[in-house]
Amino acid sequence: MKWLRRALILLLLLVVMVVGWLFLRRDHAEPLPRAMRTISDATLKDPALIARGEYLAKAGDCSVCHTMPGGQPYAGGRAVVTPFGEIPSPNITPDNDTGLGRWNFEDFWRALHSGIGRHGELLYPAFSYTAFTKVHPADTLAIFAYLRSLPPVHQTSGRPNLRFPYSVRDILIGWRLLYFREGQYQADAKQSAQWNRGAYLVQGLGHCNECHDARNALGAISSQQLLSGGEIPAQNWYAPDLSTRTNGGLQGWSSKDIVKLLKTGQSAKGVAFGPMAEVVTESTQHLADDDLQAIAVYLQSLPARTMADVPKDVFNHKAQADQGETVYDQQCAGCHGKDGNGVAGIYPPLNANASVTEPSGMNATRIVLLGGFAPGTMGNPRSYSMPPYAQQLGDADVAAVESYIRQAWSNHAPPVQERDVSKYRTTPVD
Amino acid sequence: MNLCATMKVSRSVITRWLPVAVILLLLAARPASAANHTVPAPIPDTLQQRIAACTSCHGDHGQGSADSHFFPRLAGKPASYLARQLQYFQSGQRKYAPMQYIVQPLSPAYMREIADYFSSQQVPYKSSPVPTLPAAVLQRGEQIVTQGDSAAKLPPCQSCHGRQLTGVEPNIPGLVGLPYDYVSSQLGSWRTGTRASTAPDCMAQIANRLSPDDITAVSAWLASQQPASDAHAQAAGSVTPPLRCGVLAAKGDGA
Repeated sequence: MKWLRRALILLLLLVVMVVGWLFLRRDHAEPLPRAMRTISDATLKDPALIARGEYLAKAGDCSVCHTMPGGQPYAGGRAVVTPFGEIPSPNITPDNDTGLGRWNFEDFWRALHSGIGRHGELLYPAFSYTAFTKVHPADTLAIFAYLRSLPPVHQTSGRPNLRFPYSVRDILIGWRLLYFREGQYQADAKQSAQWNRGAYLVQGLGHCNECHDARNALGAISSQQLLSGGEIPAQNWYAPDLSTRTNGGLQGWSSKDIVKLLKTGQSAKGVAFGPMAEVVTESTQHLADDDLQAIAVYLQSLPARTMADVPKDVFNHKAQADQGETVYDQQCAGCHGKDGNGVAGIYPPLNANASVTEPSGMNATRIVLLGGFAPGTMGNPRSYSMPPYAQQLGDADVAAVESYIRQAWSNHAPPVQERDVSKYRTTPVD
Repeated sequence: MNLCATMKVSRSVITRWLPVAVILLLLAARPASAANHTVPAPIPDTLQQRIAACTSCHGDHGQGSADSHFFPRLAGKPASYLARQLQYFQSGQRKYAPMQYIVQPLSPAYMREIADYFSSQQVPYKSSPVPTLPAAVLQRGEQIVTQGDSAAKLPPCQSCHGRQLTGVEPNIPGLVGLPYDYVSSQLGSWRTGTRASTAPDCMAQIANRLSPDDITAVSAWLASQQPASDAHAQAAGSVTPPLRCGVLAAKGDGA
């Protein structure tokens, strides 16, 4: 059924593409303010601008995608895996042949703001210009100045390895018409400056919604509810809903909890893991307290959510429930507590934890199988860890204990099926 | 008037001090009520407690897991060697997905602390099962380990890994007390490039000179040795590596 849906949407895209072709020119990009069209070398070498750019590049988590594991920072080459194939990230050091060496600021602006490459090619939205379009020109300039200040690394990135028809870049004409709204962040006059700063960081450079929202069959975010949670395509992680209000994924989180998690990787309410662990270590732990506070204020304004359907048959059968509780008592309760409340700041609670109760069950399943450390950060350099249970527990035990945890205490999430556990017995490394 | 004023004063005194009195009372009552609850034992603030993700496979003291037939002993291996391996897992130079995933969020300082911990542990060696093989195979293994094979350009393992094969400070690991599956899979990994070290990668060269049968022989002989329980890595500078190795200086010490 999925292929049929994809085929239909593709057909629609083709029609839109033909129509779009008639009136849409490739370089139809929002122009830069006149004063910023030519930037002097002296400006680009301004240490204050470069320092601000370094900070903003951290806020944008640029290095995570643009650095290979063990490679030179920002020299690209890390494969961004999508359901349509792999796209190696480009080298964004100022090397003349393989990086941004020959780029001027206008080129850079067009890429970030409009998703258009230096030679006019449409960029694949694996590069999150759908979010970066909101970044103001002054900030984009600072990031450009910072990248220009890096030591140039001569390293060619491979070409995108995408399946047909996604390999045809012009298919993006239709995609962009449907899903891309170009435009800088417009402040909401009804909200405080702090709220607007938070919204700007979250929606723009932070590109949080790229993971924390559902994507459709063509990899686009089509939900109308910002940051309402979604499965990260091709990665088998679920990025939970970020609302702190009723039925929100972060229900009950104070702004202090949010700031603490972003700063140290861990709060009394939960721990960052999977892709979010990397976001914390490479990006958010480096942000100023003011900015983290602003992000928290913005997230706390997200609306309440409607209650998810509570399944009637919570367990496959009673025996599974008993089995789950037995495994929990033997393996989990020692750290997470019989009451599921964990130990504040050390072991996360499993009760009312969005990563435990998210709809798919994949996060909890993978955590049980993989274990691991809480992110090592300046605020928590010697983090506690959880043993991996992949070797110790069979699929039936994992499914049972997951189903138990997802139904215990105040949790009301659907059970995990044994067949789904084997699906997640892979380890996510590059 | 006067009476009224006095009452007012006393009432305001009461309203002002009542909350204080209540709080004091509650404070006084607190230890008693706390004692009534079963307070869970506090989580020990120790490295061993923090690294449960490591010890669940490698053992509380890094003694390895002989029953698993795979998870290697870490106890007593040189700290620099262990820290370097953690870095290699992080950078993907050494590939084993569960380890790569576990070490990913750790800082260099934390990895060094963990390496120091395991390096300083002293626990008896425990041997794990070795497949039943003809005596000739074990002899071949012993020959390569202790004498090498000049025709195949194989130096003896002992020439780098120490007379007792317990490693050499600071970068050469011990080869004894490790499961057969672990040793043979490492030699295989050196051949396929899923395990690598700083160039020139001498172990990759040696592993490529070993035939598959030799790998079986060497791994089986090593895994069947029972070293002295107090065996430690040899002192730095006590060997002269016959090959140039990126991680070693001329005397097998740090490069």
